[in-house]
Amino acid sequence: MAATPNGWGSAMQTKPKTSLWKSARVGLVTLLGLVIFAYGFQITRVDLEELRSEKRQESLVRVTRALAQPDLLAYDQTEEVVNIPLYVPCRADGLLSAAPAHTGADPYLTLTPACAAPGETVRVEGFNFAPSTTGPVRFVPGGDINNNVTLGRDNADTDENGHFALDLTLPKRPSEEVQYIRATLRRNIGTPHLTQTARDTWEKIIETVFLALLATVFGTLLAIPISFIAARNLMKPVKSPLASISLSVLGWPVGIALGFLAFGWVEAFSARLGAALWVNLLVTILAPLAAVWGLRWAIPEEESNAPAPSLPSLRLARLGVIFLSALGVFLGLFQLASLLMSIGEAAQPALASFGFLGYFLFQIGDILALTATALGALAVGAALSSFLGRIGLRATEKMTPVGLKPLNLALAALAGATIFGLIGYLVERLYQPGNPFYTFWLPVALGAALGAALALFIKPKTALPIGMVIYTITRTILNALRSVEALVMAIVFVIAVGIGPFAGVMALGLHTIVSLAKLYSEQVESIASGPLEAIEATGANRLQTIIYAVIPQIVPPYISYTMYRWDINVRMSTIIGFVGGGGIGFLLQQNINLLNYRGASAQMLAIAIVVASMDYISSVLREKTL
Amino acid sequence: MLQIKNLTKIYDGGVQALDNVSFEVPDGEFLAVIGLSGSGKSTLLRCINRLIEPTSGQILWDGVDITAASQEEMRLVRRKIGMVFQHFNLVHRSKVITNVLSGRLGYVNPAWSLVNRFPKEDIEKAMRQLTRVGIVDKANQRADELSGGQQQRVGIARALMQDPRMILADEPVASLDPVLAHSIMSHLEDINKNDGVMVLCSLHFLDLVHRYAGRVVALNAGKLVFEGLPKDIDDKKFKEIYGRDAERVG
Ligand SMILES: Nc1ncnc2c1ncn2[C@@H]1O[C@H](COP(=O)(O)OP(=O)(O)OP(=O)(O)O)[C@@H](O)[C@H]1O
Ligand SMILES: [Mg+2]
Repeated sequence: MAATPNGWGSAMQTKPKTSLWKSARVGLVTLLGLVIFAYGFQITRVDLEELRSEKRQESLVRVTRALAQPDLLAYDQTEEVVNIPLYVPCRADGLLSAAPAHTGADPYLTLTPACAAPGETVRVEGFNFAPSTTGPVRFVPGGDINNNVTLGRDNADTDENGHFALDLTLPKRPSEEVQYIRATLRRNIGTPHLTQTARDTWEKIIETVFLALLATVFGTLLAIPISFIAARNLMKPVKSPLASISLSVLGWPVGIALGFLAFGWVEAFSARLGAALWVNLLVTILAPLAAVWGLRWAIPEEESNAPAPSLPSLRLARLGVIFLSALGVFLGLFQLASLLMSIGEAAQPALASFGFLGYFLFQIGDILALTATALGALAVGAALSSFLGRIGLRATEKMTPVGLKPLNLALAALAGATIFGLIGYLVERLYQPGNPFYTFWLPVALGAALGAALALFIKPKTALPIGMVIYTITRTILNALRSVEALVMAIVFVIAVGIGPFAGVMALGLHTIVSLAKLYSEQVESIASGPLEAIEATGANRLQTIIYAVIPQIVPPYISYTMYRWDINVRMSTIIGFVGGGGIGFLLQQNINLLNYRGASAQMLAIAIVVASMDYISSVLREKTL
Repeated sequence: MLQIKNLTKIYDGGVQALDNVSFEVPDGEFLAVIGLSGSGKSTLLRCINRLIEPTSGQILWDGVDITAASQEEMRLVRRKIGMVFQHFNLVHRSKVITNVLSGRLGYVNPAWSLVNRFPKEDIEKAMRQLTRVGIVDKANQRADELSGGQQQRVGIARALMQDPRMILADEPVASLDPVLAHSIMSHLEDINKNDGVMVLCSLHFLDLVHRYAGRVVALNAGKLVFEGLPKDIDDKKFKEIYGRDAERVG
C-alpha cells in the first residue's frame, strides 16, 4: 500500500511528504471502498454466471417476447375444422370407401397415400379453405371423430386459393379402427377489440390516477395550515400569558365536544325532514341564505372607531345570531348531502354509461355528511379556544399579579390535567392496558402538577413563547413521520382499514401531508419580511397578516410543490398496490406472479403512459402558472 | 403631542441601537430624523409603533403610554399610525387596489378578511387616495408591475387609508432618483400641511431636510446628538452628527 507517487506532476513532487501521506490515504479509502463493494456483491447475490445459463436465457427471451406483446387487442376468430379418415396401418380387407366426390365450395382434405404404416409420411393436401388462414394439422387417435386428444402438430398455411400441402409423419399408434387427420384452420374476422386484460387495466389505471388525485388534494389541504404552524418566522412572535394559554387549551376539547353535540343534533333534525327532493332543495338554498343574512347583521363589516364595548344585550344578541347562523349553514350542508345522495342514486341507472357520475354524486354527498360534523366540531373547538384565550389575555391585563397567581395556578393545573388525560386516553385506546390508574389518574395528576408548577415558578404576567413550543412539537412530529416510507405507511393502513384503494389514499395522503408541510413551511420561512411588517403596522391582526401578506407570497411555490408532489403521488400510486393499497399495482403483481407476462406488459405500458402524460401535463401547468 | 422619554433599545445580540433618547413632537409637525447608517433611525421609528419592542423608556402619545399598551390596544393605536418604507414593502403579487385596501385592515372586521371582502365605502376611499397620489389608472395592475416611484405612492395611499394621525416614514426616498424624491416628499408635505398629520421622516439628504422638515433630531450611535431647526445645522453640528471626517456635499 506504500504507494510512491512516481508518475505524478512536478507540482506534487514539491511536497513529497504530503503527497505520500495523501496517496496512502487514497489507497486506503479505495481498499475500503472495494471491501464494501465486494460485501455488497455478496449480500445482493450478484451472479453473472446465473445470467449466462441457458435456462435463464431461454426464459429471459420468453419473458421479453411476452413483454413486447402487451395483451391489449384481439380478433374474433372463426375456424374451419375438417377431418379425413385413414387406417394405420393399411388393412388387408381393402381401403375405406372411396373419398366422396367433392362438389361445391366445401373445404376438404386429400391424403397420398390413403393409408400408411406408423412412422411413415403421408402428404396432406387441403382444398377450398379460406385463403390466407393458418392452423394446426394433427393426428386424431382412436376411432372417435370427436376426440379432442390429438397427436403431433404441423402448421398449415393456405395460399390465396385456399390450398395447402404438407407432409405429416404418422405417429406410432397402430389401430384396427379408422383414425383421422384433422385440419383446424383459423382466421381473424372483423376489427380488433380490447381484451379483458385491457379493460381491467383501464379500470385500474383510472383508480390509480384518482388515488393519486385524492391523496394530493387532501394532503395539500391539510398541509397548508400545518405549514403555517411549522414556520418559525410566523410562530416566533406568538407569545401568550399562562392564563390565556390554559384557557385556549381547555377551549379545544370542550369546543369540539359541544360542536359534535350541536351538529349531531342538526344532523338528526335534517334526517327528520326526510329525503323528499323538494324539501331538500328548498332547505339547501334557504338555510344558508338565512345564515348569511344573519351573519351580515351579526358581524358588521367595519369595527366602530371607538373600541368601547357596545351594549351587552346587543353583543349577546349578535352571538346568538352567529350561533343560529352556524346551525343554519350546517343544516344546509346536511340537506345538500342528502340532496346529492338522492340525485346520485336516482341518476345512476338513468345515466347508463355515465352512471359513474351518479355514483360520484352519491359518494360526495356521503363524504359531505360524514366530514361536515367533524370539521364543524373542529371549527367550534378553534373558535372557543381563541375566545377563551382572549378572555385569559384580558384577565391577565386587568388583574393584579397577586390576584392572578391563584387563577393561573388553577387554570394551568386544569389545562395540564386535560392534556395529559387526553394522552392517557389515547394510550388506553391504542394499547388497552385496562388499568385506569396508569391511563387516567396518573397522567391527570402528573399534568395538574406540571401545570401548577409552571404557574408557581413564572411571574404571572409573563408572556410565554407558546408559538415556539407548538412549532417545535409540530416539527418533531413531521420529521418523525417523514422518515417513514409511503409504502410502509400503506402496509400499516392496509392492516388498519383493509386491502383496497382507501388504504392507499390514507397512506399517500399522510405522506403528502408530512412532506408538503415541511416544504411549504420552508417557503413561508423564506418570504420577504417587508410586506409582513407593513401589514402588521396597519393594525391588522395575525390572521389578517397571514391572509394579506403571507399567502400572496407563497402561492407560486405552493403550486409548484403541489405539482411536484402530484408527480410523486402518481408514481407511488402505481406501486402502492403491491402491498394491497389499491390501484394498478395489484393487477401488475398478480400477473407477474401468475407468469402472465403479456398481461403484466399491458399494465406496465399503462403505467408508463400515465406517468409520462401526467409529467407532461404538470410541466405545462407549471409553465403556465409561474 | 408625542413624547419620547429615555427610550433605549438593546437587540438580542447586545447591540445598543438606541441609548436613552428623549424628545417631543407637537401635533402637526414635520420632523426629520437624520444620522449615519446604523445610527438607529429605523429602530427609533419602529419603536414608536412597536414593530420593535423597546427595552426601556416610555412613549406617550396624547398622554397615553404606548409602551404599556396590551396587544389589542396596540392594534388600535397602530391603526392611527401610517408607515411608509424605504423599500415600499408592497405585497408584490397583489393588485395595487388590494395593497391600498390593506390599509383598512385594522378597521374592518377580521371575519370578512377571511373571504377577502372590503366594504364599498372603503373601495371608493381607496380609489380617492389613488387619485390623490396620481396613479388611479394603475389600480388593477399587479404591484410589482409598477416603477419604484409609483410603488412608493401606493405605499403612501395605503398609509392614508388608515386615516392616520401620524405617519412614520423610514427613508421614503432613499431608493428613488432626486426628481421622484421631491415628488414623494411633496406628497408627504401635502398630507402634513393639509391634513394636519404629524410626520416623522428619516432622511439621508440634508437638502431634503432643509426643504421639507420643520424640525430635526439627529442620532449618532443611538444617542440623540442634535435637536432643533434645520438651519441650525452648521458645520460644527454637521461634524458632530456625521463624524469628524464627513464632508458636506450639496
Ligand atoms: N434585528 C436586529 N438585530 C440585531 N441588531 C440589529 C437589528 N436591527 C438593527 N440592528 C442594529 O442596530 C443598529 C441600528 O440599526 P438601524 O437599522 O436602526 O439603523 P439605521 O439608522 O436605520 O441605518 P440605515 O440608515 O442604514 O437604515 C445597527 O447597528 C444595526 O446593526
Ligand atoms: Mg434604516
